[in-house]
Amino acid sequence: MTMTADNAPDLRAQAGRLFRRKRLTAFGIPLLVLVYLVYAVFAFDVPGLIRTADPENGRTLIRDSYSYKTHVSRDNRSGEVSVAIEGERKGQYPDGTAPGWVALGETTVITLDGGGIVTFGPDEVSYDIPGYGLVTARPGNGGANATFPTEELPEWINASKNRVAITTDEARLTITRRKTEVFRYETGWELFFFTLDSPYHGVGPGEIAARAMSGELPAIWNDFWHNRMWRHADVAWALFETVLMAFLGTFGAALVALPLAFLAARNFTPLMIVQQVARRFFDFFRGVDALIWTIVLARAFGPGPLTGALAILVTDTGSFGKMFSEALENVDGRQIEGLQSTGAKPVQRYRFGVIPQVTPVLLSQVLYFFESNTRSATVIGAITGGGIGLLLTQAMITQKDWEEVTYYIVLVVLMVFAMDWFSGWLRRRLIRGDDSGH
Amino acid sequence: MADTSGMSGGRVAAVRDDYMELTRRKRLYSGILLAVFVALMVSGFMVADARNAGGFWDGWTNVLDFPRVVVAEAAEKAGELPGHLIAFFPALIETINIAAVSTLFGVLGGALLSMLSTRGLARWPRLIPLFRRMMDVMRAIPEIVIALVLIFVLGGGPVPAMIAIAFHTVGALGKLFSEVNENASLKPVEGLASVGATWTQRMVLGVMPQVAPNYLSYALLRFEINIRASAILGFVGAGGIGYELKNAMSWGQGQYDESAAIFLLLFATIVTFDQVSSLARDRLTHGRKSEMLHQ
Repeated sequence: MTMTADNAPDLRAQAGRLFRRKRLTAFGIPLLVLVYLVYAVFAFDVPGLIRTADPENGRTLIRDSYSYKTHVSRDNRSGEVSVAIEGERKGQYPDGTAPGWVALGETTVITLDGGGIVTFGPDEVSYDIPGYGLVTARPGNGGANATFPTEELPEWINASKNRVAITTDEARLTITRRKTEVFRYETGWELFFFTLDSPYHGVGPGEIAARAMSGELPAIWNDFWHNRMWRHADVAWALFETVLMAFLGTFGAALVALPLAFLAARNFTPLMIVQQVARRFFDFFRGVDALIWTIVLARAFGPGPLTGALAILVTDTGSFGKMFSEALENVDGRQIEGLQSTGAKPVQRYRFGVIPQVTPVLLSQVLYFFESNTRSATVIGAITGGGIGLLLTQAMITQKDWEEVTYYIVLVVLMVFAMDWFSGWLRRRLIRGDDSGH
Repeated sequence: MADTSGMSGGRVAAVRDDYMELTRRKRLYSGILLAVFVALMVSGFMVADARNAGGFWDGWTNVLDFPRVVVAEAAEKAGELPGHLIAFFPALIETINIAAVSTLFGVLGGALLSMLSTRGLARWPRLIPLFRRMMDVMRAIPEIVIALVLIFVLGGGPVPAMIAIAFHTVGALGKLFSEVNENASLKPVEGLASVGATWTQRMVLGVMPQVAPNYLSYALLRFEINIRASAILGFVGAGGIGYELKNAMSWGQGQYDESAAIFLLLFATIVTFDQVSSLARDRLTHGRKSEMLHQ
């Protein structure tokens, strides 16, 4: 009784100190994080970034990802009119043909959504803009020679002597001395299935199915698969290459790491020095990053999927070696002793005493890595030049094929989902009863 | 008597035959699986070898050529090495900063999403599947995709890499965190709810103290992974040591001393953070265990 009374102030002081410390950490840690983030804002030069960021690029990217534009262009010297999707040769309409909204002739008439009409006459170009008026131009040696209905030009018209650009919601008209061009935006991924030179372009899905039934399936498939705009065959191959890199790398690493892991495990290698050497070996392979391995290996093997696979293999040998040796150290020794008591030879002891115990653990780790390496293979492919990563970076460098970039991104995400599902399925099939543990 | 023993003997034989049959079938299946696996590995290797610019058998003797050249050049200009190390140190700091900031955002976002998608804790239980799918998608998109898109919009530099890595980290940590949350006791949460605490208060005061050590352990692991990721993203134009490495590599033969310095910095950084984070994680988990024993 007296003792508690004596100790009370002491305890109280202790509790007070504890609370003070807790309060300090409760406020101190968020404050530290905040200070660090403020430092990071300046270290990363965020204000400068905001100044240089180009929202127009973002808008183009987003618009292009779900829409396409058709270019109708007139060579002002020869008077020839050509129509091409995305302005690419591969998407050009054959001579004398055009989509429904373009009427070719002596005077080409382009009817736009919202009532705008563009005409390409023999010498004169005009754009009738609803709610504004008629803009005419006679492009030639003197420049664009445009006349506008109002003295003061609205901000969506950009005109100089040699170049006139009119941007409206439905289209964009540019007139220069040499060329007059209309871009019309439409929603969708045009020519995704068939290019214009295919007889199946513009045919409805019902009829395609009917024609496929009547024996045209190989031809239809051929036209789709070798579509020159979207290159489905190449894309599918690139996806396969990416998965191949991940497969070879992950399982190759597991095969290399397994015997080495025995050397690094305390309970299998009594020799301290061998253990230490094996462990430092793993640390080294993990420490030299995948990036460095990729560069070193690309020097020896050149660009391609094999280089990527080897880079994954080498890096993961280090990770697997470490994980496997930890798993081996957790092996239950009683089973091995039991086998030994029946007179099993060392090889048999490993085969029946160790392998069955560690297989589920190792396999589940390997399959986890397989899934995550599919993602890494995309990045490594961008550096070594193989697989979908290469296609992705190539499409991005052009800075205009954003619909293709979107297509690849969707495919990559689907691929990773598929691998995630597949490795999960395999894990459940191969390691029965594992789900109860998780 | 003799009858029964004969019968049981027959049964034993039948059971043994059955067992042997089962074992044989199991072995056959394992054998087939192994054969398929080996065939896949070999044919996959052959395909990859054929598609590669240089073949494996020609190239593998040259693997050490490049490291040898780099080491030789670095040794030749050993006097300049400390200078290079100092010159590239700011780039290394930038790479580490990218990893640190993205890990911080990843932890914050991952914690929030994980709580929104754990049964018993969720603010809107009906939306659990939505948040789960959201994390799946965030995990599935490779960092390089987001980084390249953002580089186009924002221009090169550390911020696109940071956002890209943070985005992925939110998904990856969110999944791990929600597994941790499942094991958290709901009693403190219910207690807080009974005194009228809001959802945020319940999470911060009721759940956070329980899960913080595990969160921290996963975050450290992720930080280490993110350092590697930010180095790689630098190579495709997102700043930091990877970008410097790309520049240094492009100088070509005779100028590899800078590359050697960068290799050294990157290697030392990764090994250091690897060791420190594994030590810290060990302490976090073991410290927790001993506390539990004391209770």
